[in-house]
Order: sequence, then C-alpha cells, then structure tokens
Amino acid sequence: MTDKTNITLTINGREHAIAVEPRRTLADAIREDCGQTGTHIGCEHGVCGACTVLVDGEPVRSCLMFAAQAHGKQIRTVEGLASGDTLHPMQQAFMDHHGLQCGFCTPGFLMLAVGVIEREPDIGDEELLDVLSSNLCRCTGYQNIIKAVRAAAKEMRAR
Amino acid sequence: MTAHTKGSGMTWVGRAIRRVEDPALLTGRGRFTADLPAALWVRFVRSPVPAGKLEKIAAPPGTRIITAADLVGVKPIMPMLHKFNYRPVAQPVLATGQVRFVGEPVAAVVAASAAAAEDIADQVELVIDEIAPVVDMLAALAPDTAPLHREAPGNVIVEARFQTPEFDAAWASAAKVVQVDARSRRQNATPIEPRAGHAAYDGASGRVTLTCTTQMPHLMRTAIADLIGMPEADLRVIAPDVGGGFGQKMSLAPEYVVLVWLARQLKSSVAWSEDRRENLIAAFHSRDQVIALAGAFDQDARLIALKADVLANVGAYSCFPTTSGVEPLMAMAELPGPYDVKRYECRARGALTNTCPMAPYRGVSRPVITFALERLMDKAAAAFGLDTVEIRRRNLICTFPYKTAMGLEYDDATYQQTLEMAAAAIDVPAFRARQKQARAQGRHLGIGFATFCERTGYGSPAFAARGMEITPGWETVIVSVDPSGFVEARIGSSPHGQGLRTTLSQIIADEIGVAPDMVKIVHGDTDRAPYGWGTFASRSLVISGGATLIAARKVRAKLIKIASHLLEAAPGDIILEESVAKVAGTDRTVSIARMAREAYTQTHRFNGEIEPGLTESGTYDPPGTFSNACHVAIVEVDAETGRVAIERYLVAEDAGRIINPLIAEGQVHGGIAQGIGNALLEEIVYDESGGILTANLADYMPPTAREIPGIELHHLETPSENSITKAKGLGEGGTIGAPAAVINAINDALSSFGVEIDEMPATPQRIRARLRAKSTVVPA
Repeated sequence: MTDKTNITLTINGREHAIAVEPRRTLADAIREDCGQTGTHIGCEHGVCGACTVLVDGEPVRSCLMFAAQAHGKQIRTVEGLASGDTLHPMQQAFMDHHGLQCGFCTPGFLMLAVGVIEREPDIGDEELLDVLSSNLCRCTGYQNIIKAVRAAAKEMRAR
Repeated sequence: MTAHTKGSGMTWVGRAIRRVEDPALLTGRGRFTADLPAALWVRFVRSPVPAGKLEKIAAPPGTRIITAADLVGVKPIMPMLHKFNYRPVAQPVLATGQVRFVGEPVAAVVAASAAAAEDIADQVELVIDEIAPVVDMLAALAPDTAPLHREAPGNVIVEARFQTPEFDAAWASAAKVVQVDARSRRQNATPIEPRAGHAAYDGASGRVTLTCTTQMPHLMRTAIADLIGMPEADLRVIAPDVGGGFGQKMSLAPEYVVLVWLARQLKSSVAWSEDRRENLIAAFHSRDQVIALAGAFDQDARLIALKADVLANVGAYSCFPTTSGVEPLMAMAELPGPYDVKRYECRARGALTNTCPMAPYRGVSRPVITFALERLMDKAAAAFGLDTVEIRRRNLICTFPYKTAMGLEYDDATYQQTLEMAAAAIDVPAFRARQKQARAQGRHLGIGFATFCERTGYGSPAFAARGMEITPGWETVIVSVDPSGFVEARIGSSPHGQGLRTTLSQIIADEIGVAPDMVKIVHGDTDRAPYGWGTFASRSLVISGGATLIAARKVRAKLIKIASHLLEAAPGDIILEESVAKVAGTDRTVSIARMAREAYTQTHRFNGEIEPGLTESGTYDPPGTFSNACHVAIVEVDAETGRVAIERYLVAEDAGRIINPLIAEGQVHGGIAQGIGNALLEEIVYDESGGILTANLADYMPPTAREIPGIELHHLETPSENSITKAKGLGEGGTIGAPAAVINAINDALSSFGVEIDEMPATPQRIRARLRAKSTVVPA
C-alpha cells in the first residue's frame, strides 16, 4: 500500500506533479499534496458532499475518487472560481442571498451548483432541488442556498 | 440604541448588510483547523466495547503509542455542580482501568502522517475483560444494576426536586387531568466540520499553541492548563474558522488535552482530525430523554398545575464545563414555558449509562420540553373539545414582567400576539376545510402549533443558580481606534458561523460614526482577545453585543471630548458621522483618523485633560431575556408508508431588536432545519449490547434540501429592557419549536385513525408501527 506512484493533477489549470500511494483519495491529494485547502472533508464516505470538485466538468465527491484516477484530468476547485477580486456569479449569489453561515460545506455546494448550471443552464426547480439534496448543510436550512443557485443560474444564462 | 449617528437619520443596526465573513469563505481562503500542516499525526484507539476492564494495550514494535500510564500527573476531567445532589464523576483523558462506552479514547498513536497513524491504530491489540453494559436509562436506575462509577450509586448523577406551595390542593381541584409520556431519542449535533485539533510547541518560548474546533477558546486554555498542570500563560488557544458547532464544540474534548501534552512532550507539532464515525460515536450526544408530564386543568381549560418527571440519559461521563446536569436541570427550570401556571412540581434526574456522554446541543432540553408541553396542550384541546389555537389562547401569559413558578422573570414579550399572527397567516378555518376534502380522498393532512419562550442572553447569575463550579456569563470587548483611524474590536466571544463580526461591526459603526468596513473584529485567539466565554446559549449577540456597545460608547465619549478640544466647541454640539466629527450647524469638522492620530502622538496638546490613547473596554453581564415564537407546520402523512412531507411551515417570532435581518432569518432557517431533523429523521441508535448502529451519515440522517420546506417568517420586535442593545437571542429558537409543531401536525393528520405519537423522531417506522397496531383500519 505504501509504494508511491507519480501522477499529475491539473487543478484550476495548474499542474501539480505529485507522488501518492495508490490508496490516496483525490480529496487528500488536493488538500495535502497540492496545498489547496479550500476543498473540505466532512465525512469521507461520500454522503455530505463537502469535498465536491469538478473533474472534467462533472461534480465528483473527491473523497470517493482515488487521486490516481484523476491523473491527466481537468480538476476545478473553489479556489478557481473567482477571477482576481471578482467573485464568480455563484459566489456572489451565495453572498447576496446569505447562502452560507460557517462556510464549511460551501465549497462543495458551490462546485456542485456550478457544475450543474454549466451543464444544464435551464434546469427546472424540481430537478435543481434533487441535485442540491445531494450535499449536506447544517447551518442554513437550505432555503437561501436554493435562492442563491437560482439567482446565479439566471445571471450565468445572461452572460 | 440611544446614540445612533445623529443628523443622518440612518443607522447601520437593522440593515441587512452583506457579511464581512463571506469573501474568504466563498473563495477557499477560510482557515479551518484541519488545514494546518503538522509534523506528527495522532490517531486515537477507541474502545470497541461499551463496558469492561482494560487488561492490556499492545502496539506493534517500533511504533509510538501513548496510554493513560504515560500521562503521569494529568488530572481527569471532573466538572462540578454544588447543588441538586450532583455526584462528581471523573473521566480520565485516556481510559484508565475501565472502559465505559464504545468510542472512548483508550490510547493515542503518533506517526508521521494521518494514514500511517491509522494503519498502526488498526494493529493495536486491546484486551478488555467485558462486563454487561447498562444501555437503557431505566435499567440503569434498577436497584440491582451495578453503578458505572462508585461515586454515583444507583447511576443517578443528578437529582433535583421542586414543588410550589399549595401544589396538592391545586392538583386536587382539577376538572380534568391530561397526561403525556414524551420520549426523545438520542441525537448528535453533527456539524459538517468534524472536530480537529493541532498543537504546536514553540522551542523559543516553551509555549504551545492549540488550534482547535472549539466554541470556548479561553475556557479550553484554563481547563487544559489545569488538567496538565502547566502555566496558563504557556498555552495559547486559537479557534480559527469553525465549521459549525451547535453546542457539540463547547465541551472539553479529552483529545485536546492529549494533543497539548504530546506537543510539550515531543517538542513538535501534532494534529488530529476525527473522521465522521468518531464524531458520531464519541463527540457528545444529546436529547435522550423521557418526560412524564401531566397537567391539571380547570373547567375552563385553564392549566392550574403542572407535574413533570424528567429523566435524561447522560451517558458514561459528565461534560465540562456545564456537567451533564444541564439537560435535566434546564428542563426543570423552563418546563412551564409560555403558559400562566402557578403550581408546578418537578423531579429531574440524569442517569449514567454505557453510552457516549451527553453535552449541550442547540436548544438544550427545550426542544424536548416544548415537544412534551405542546403535545399536552393538544391533548388537552381534544379532551375539552377545543380548537388547538383556543387552548393556547386561554393559557398563554399576556402580562409582563411575569414571574414563573420557578422564579424566572419573563421580560416584555408577545406570546399571545405571535400565536394570533401565526394563526391568521396560516388561516386555520381554510385549512380545516381543505383537510376535510383531502380526507375524503384518502389523504391525511394535519396542522400543528408550537408556542414557546426561550431564555437567551443570560449572564452569570443564571448559571450561578445552577450551582456551577465554573460559572460563565459575562463578556468583555475592547474597542480601539488605532492611529490609522481604523477600529479594532477584540471580543471574548468566539463565533462559529453566526456572522458576529458583521453584526458587532454594525453596532460599533453607529456609535463611532464610521462605516462597518472600517471595523475589524478580532476573536478566537487567547493571545489577542480578552478573556471571555465564547459562544453558546443564544448569548453572543446579546452579551458580546452589549459589551461592544458599552465599550463603543466610551470611545464615542472620548472622541467627542477630543473633537470638542480640537474644534473649540461644546461637547453637546459635536456630531460623529461619516468618519468625521462636526460642529452642529457649522462646516467645522475634524476627521476621526486625525483625532485618533492625535490621541496617540499629540497628547501634549490636550493639557493633561484627556488620557492618551483611544482604547476602551466594556464588560456586560445581563440577567437574561426571553425570546418567543409560534411555529405552525402543515404536513401530509402517507398512511401506507409512514412518510411525512411538510407542506407549509410558518413562524411568527419576536427576538427584540434585529441587528441584521439577513443574519437573523438565517439563524431561524437553520434552527428549523435542525428541528425538523430532530422531528423526523435523526436518531442515534444503540443495540441492546451497547454497540452503536448509526456510525455514518447514511444511517444517521440530517435532513437534505428535499426535506426542508420554504419557511414563512413574520417578525415582531419587542425591545428588551434586559438587553442594552434591545436585542434578544435567536440562535436556538428554530430548533426548539420545530419538533413540537411538526409532530403535533402528524398527530392531527393521524387523528382519524385514533393513533397518537409522542416520540421524536417520528420516523416512518414509528408511524407505521402505530398504524399497524390499528390494523383493522390500515392493512399492515
């Protein structure tokens, strides 16, 4: 288990050449080997979704994927959403609609929502609710997250 | 607020400004404990059995493992109450001789990475001579059950009794007595960030910095230094961004003591991040209670006497600092709730069992006592043939201040008004018509009300009344205008997601006449913040906010004095706004930045009349204030499956003056979501042999966006005289009201079956079991 493999993770366009054990999860590799601690780990068994990142555009629970499986793929994390000091519309909408409190689940919700809205900009309310019910938030009661994602979807469609 | 910015007519308090906390948290720049790198990692070996004698701990050769035998001189955790027949019991930070619950830390493995530590921990051999565990709280109290701790014979850790004079006569005069046996199953607060700690030794100073997921950094410093026997000055505790706590991160985790001890011993940095399983089995539980409640009503359905027997399963040890007396004693103190009942009798006990220790969780007992009391009210309504609103209307307190049977003083509030407001908004008659139609179609709708009041923002007298050896309550805030003209407020409270930096900056901005973005709030660092009690009990905005206001008013007074000197005007003519001091009716001004600079660097100009510097301190220790609310839920129950869908949820609430509506509503939403989880889904389950069956988030189920309905909020604002900002606390109310409202609605929906459920959570299995018992109506 402890033999390490050389892989390259491309996170937000930047390549990280790292050596990891085959069992290393993508979440641990992003946080510890690549130093990108914005992606959070909440349960390590794929339920809470705090560790959600985009891999080749698809939302993925990075605690359930091995780092080696992401070799050569395009990974996007919360650190890559804003352009300089300008927040991504999804981040801005979370701020405007108070879609976060402690902020621990927030990176996972942002990546989930961005991935889904980029793929399906016209997603219906019911389908969106189904998608958002895949992650857990303990602070907000979800209503403001739902409002924020709807508002951001509108903004993203208009761009 | 008496001294808002003059002239402009605009205040920052009351406005839904965006949170200053958000940009960092939204961009991945938040700093959480688990983000810190460390030289060494710790994995705790935990007891796999609920009870037994620890015979042997053997680690693989060449590995580093710490057991109780290594922790020479480290004292056990032993919180104390000096009242209510409390029996102090000791919890060694690593198990010594005995293990008492599944998940109890037995040893600490230290390795170069978290994965390596976990690998080694898996190979540690534990030999435990098992004994029969005590899992059930009633079994714990049986006369032939052996005590978990010698010091607590009969397994009763606390036993309080109360009776008002003339109780028996009142009881005997009742027209009707109504009873409920309410049961709340065990829950876990489940913050999305699990607990984590990071202790780093500094070779130059010999100090240790403990960064951890705590709600009470200063008390952690005091407690850990005390247990290890080290100078408190050698320990710095930092609570960085904390990913929710809800009470679970308030109590002292024994793991933190081990981390600090290790950092000193190994002169290194050591880190621990618990996994979700550890959190669910070992990070404190709550709400495991049985309440037998009976109400004596007169012929007009007025409650004349209330009798309660409260039993809480407190687990294997007592949590520091509140002690595990906190649930039964809070239940006893606040059970009469918002109702005008003069005669009251209560027995409240805590039972020790071989389960995870209990600690405060959002609402502390009040979700359970409100559930019991509101079920009683609905049963009374049925017994008298009254509407669910009418029974409450007849019994709610309407004149204030009001002294309760327990001697608590309720400040001005709107118990009746919120009930009427909620009832009108939900339109009960229209619902009843719709309910009738739906029943004709085989659909089961129900409506449930919950009215309650909630003690918030209480200072040291309230805690002293419980006889706590550690009596928290007050808060201190130090407000400085620095020579650059920016404002810094150092606070003893320690927010973990509530937006306190934003709301306190609004309070300061109004006093000093600057914009909130000129104000930086410093918290969660014992080297930088004044001693304080942290965040719990819906207190931070009331008490830390009050201390902030006191300190800011002193700074304001000094700025006016300086301005009066520099502008050669009478103090009464000085207005502070928009970062300047003005002389009313003139164009003469001086900037706050210049006054601040002069307060430090040009003090000779003040002829000794003004003290140098621009730093003031405020301390606040209020008596406490009572928020109130009425929650209403409309549900549909699927009689075939027992599934409950919440169709509508409405709240009329009064938390005094609202500092920031955006944040206030967020607190109510989040509280209700947790309350709905408590009502329908969340349950920690032990099997008969003391094993825990709910050790992941697929088995222990916090609600998702699917289960939480939209929430309609109606506000009343009754300013509190017991709070100098006029704000009352509202962090816990949502959680307190929701279980009662939702389960009352389920009972209403099931009324045509003659089925009642007085247990939370009301899971589909429980609903179906009750319906099956009436199987002539619904096929099994």
